[in-house]
Amino acid sequence: MTEKKINIRVPVLARVEGEGALEIDIENNQITHLKLKIFEPPRLFEKLLEGRHYSEVPDIVARICGICPVAYQMSAVHAFESLFETKISPWVNDMRRLFYCGEWIESHALHIHLLAAPDFLGYESAPAMAKDYPLEVRRGVEIQAIGNDIIRLLGGRSVHPVGVKVGGFHHAPKAEDVNALLEKLKEKLPAVEEMLRWCSTLTLPSNEQEFVSVALCDEKMYPMNQGNVISSEGLDLSIDNYQTVFKEHHEAHSTALFSLMSGRPYLVGPLARLNLNVNQLPDHIKSIIATSGISFPSNNMYHSLFARAVEILYGFLESIRILQTYAKPETPYSLVKVKAGVAYGCTEAPRGVLWHRYEVDEEGLITSATIIPPTSQNQARMEEDLRNSLNLTGLDRKEDDIRFQAEQIVRNYDPCISCATHFLDLRINRR
Amino acid sequence: MSQIKVAVHKFSSCDGCQLAFLNLGADLLLLADLVDIKHFAEAGVVDESVHVNVAFVEGSVSTNKERQRIVEVRKNTDYLITIGACATSGGIQALRNMNDGKAWIEAVYAKPEYIDSLDKVLPIAECVKVDFELWGCPVSSEQIVTTIRSLLSGVTPKDNTEKVCMECKRKNNVCTLVTKGDPCLGPVTKAGCGAICPSFGRACYACYGPASHANTASLSQRLIGIGLTTTQVSEQFQLFNNNAPQFKRASDEVLRK
Ligand code: SF4
Repeated sequence: MTEKKINIRVPVLARVEGEGALEIDIENNQITHLKLKIFEPPRLFEKLLEGRHYSEVPDIVARICGICPVAYQMSAVHAFESLFETKISPWVNDMRRLFYCGEWIESHALHIHLLAAPDFLGYESAPAMAKDYPLEVRRGVEIQAIGNDIIRLLGGRSVHPVGVKVGGFHHAPKAEDVNALLEKLKEKLPAVEEMLRWCSTLTLPSNEQEFVSVALCDEKMYPMNQGNVISSEGLDLSIDNYQTVFKEHHEAHSTALFSLMSGRPYLVGPLARLNLNVNQLPDHIKSIIATSGISFPSNNMYHSLFARAVEILYGFLESIRILQTYAKPETPYSLVKVKAGVAYGCTEAPRGVLWHRYEVDEEGLITSATIIPPTSQNQARMEEDLRNSLNLTGLDRKEDDIRFQAEQIVRNYDPCISCATHFLDLRINRR
Repeated sequence: MSQIKVAVHKFSSCDGCQLAFLNLGADLLLLADLVDIKHFAEAGVVDESVHVNVAFVEGSVSTNKERQRIVEVRKNTDYLITIGACATSGGIQALRNMNDGKAWIEAVYAKPEYIDSLDKVLPIAECVKVDFELWGCPVSSEQIVTTIRSLLSGVTPKDNTEKVCMECKRKNNVCTLVTKGDPCLGPVTKAGCGAICPSFGRACYACYGPASHANTASLSQRLIGIGLTTTQVSEQFQLFNNNAPQFKRASDEVLRK
């Protein structure tokens, strides 16, 4: 065998949000070293929350991530309300679901069209892809824009919205604004169904593998704001017991903490959610899935893209359902009575389970905070996927091929760099 | 006509300000035709070291590596614009400047020796020359588009010099400070957000940073008057623009009372 030693460096991995690095060493066509590094310049949110009043937390934690601020706000308010035993009105529950739909639509549409599709169609970027696929890209960014409109209705703006408070919302939208949005959603609905069909026609490489899915399960509906943590292996855990099974640890090569389930990697996010909750979808969506050639539960990691598209359609249908029966409430929030103790909140961010824990004193000040974002939960799974998939496809290939595949694998998880400012810098050492 | 070359760089941040580009909807495609985007990692265009006419910078400098990178970014651009509170004043993460940043890292990470971190979080202007600043946490798509339009027509971009109070007046908002006694920072905050918080009936929390000639001392007095403790008043200033000199001073002054 000829000795070869090659180093490949990609200083910036494109189309992920943030900064991380990937190192792969290959010797005699075997992977000897594989590390996904996340360099999150530490912003230390958990420390800077200490001493702040609980009422400030929703606005502060939003700043962890510009792409999923709603998720951070939702996990936080639910945590405090459950500790304070605040009764939430059905109106607030509906509006929160609507608010979350907006974020899923915006985040998933951004991922599919601006970050992921260029991979599957062979382009460097979405603007480059738009030259050959003008309709599809335009349709995608327009769907994304409607997601942002939903967030704006309740939050004033789509990034770091200002409408949320513990107990409900600061403000109830006017009926005329609700109707205008409802019309927009209905008008765009056919385009969303086309988008879903289009996603099912993309040639997604097959990437079947064994993994454990973890998501929330809400007995009544597709999970967003509440439920137990369940897994494809039969786990069923209330959120305050989360840390008995899921444990974070710090590895030297990363500034994001790794989270493992009883010592093993697991998957959170749209594919895991759909794998565990497909039965909660309305029949209309189930019938579209049935004609797509893709079925859930699925072990093909690349079906994540299709799962995102399914959740966009679900977000549209849910939003329409909620807005159709909209009535302005007497008050948009419930009053809150502070109680000292430990507050747990867990909701489904676009990228998966987002778990919060706060210790609160009798004045409502935070004495300790722990936040476990989806990306640190998926980190070990991403490494496992890289190892499996690269081995399966074979390592006796050009570095460019290996690099492209590795980048595509990582991107497929839509790693939330904002939750952990990642910087992907791929290096393959081959001997 | 040769297009202006543009780069969008990210430092320590939440990515929220670059979304002002990615959330443009169909206008994003228009923008990609109007300017030549040379580097914008999240949008898929990567060429960090190419020379550009305008560099937009999001995020603060908080590691040694970032400190070296920003020097390169400056070298490679004719004009540098900071976008957002992180880049312009250090952002929420600059709160650690007032505390023991090292102890914080030790508390969060089991192996702190692997964490590359400066003692202080720095706004971009403390590292290199900045030509124009856009404030906001986050900046809006409108601010970005207006700035690019000015640049395209060869005009120096202009900053909003009003206070949030002016936007409230124009929107006929009921004043939250006067009528509800809420601790509103509108009187000392730069306009540009559209007074979204007071429009929702809540107090402004100054995410657009200090307005010029902001009378923070008399606002602090007023906030004490409506019942806030000096610590609570200082915390109003110690949020997303805590490291902006005017707010830092205001916070220090009220704590000395
Ligand atoms: S200024 Fe605010 S929105 Fe912009 S990057 Fe920083 S934290 Fe995010």
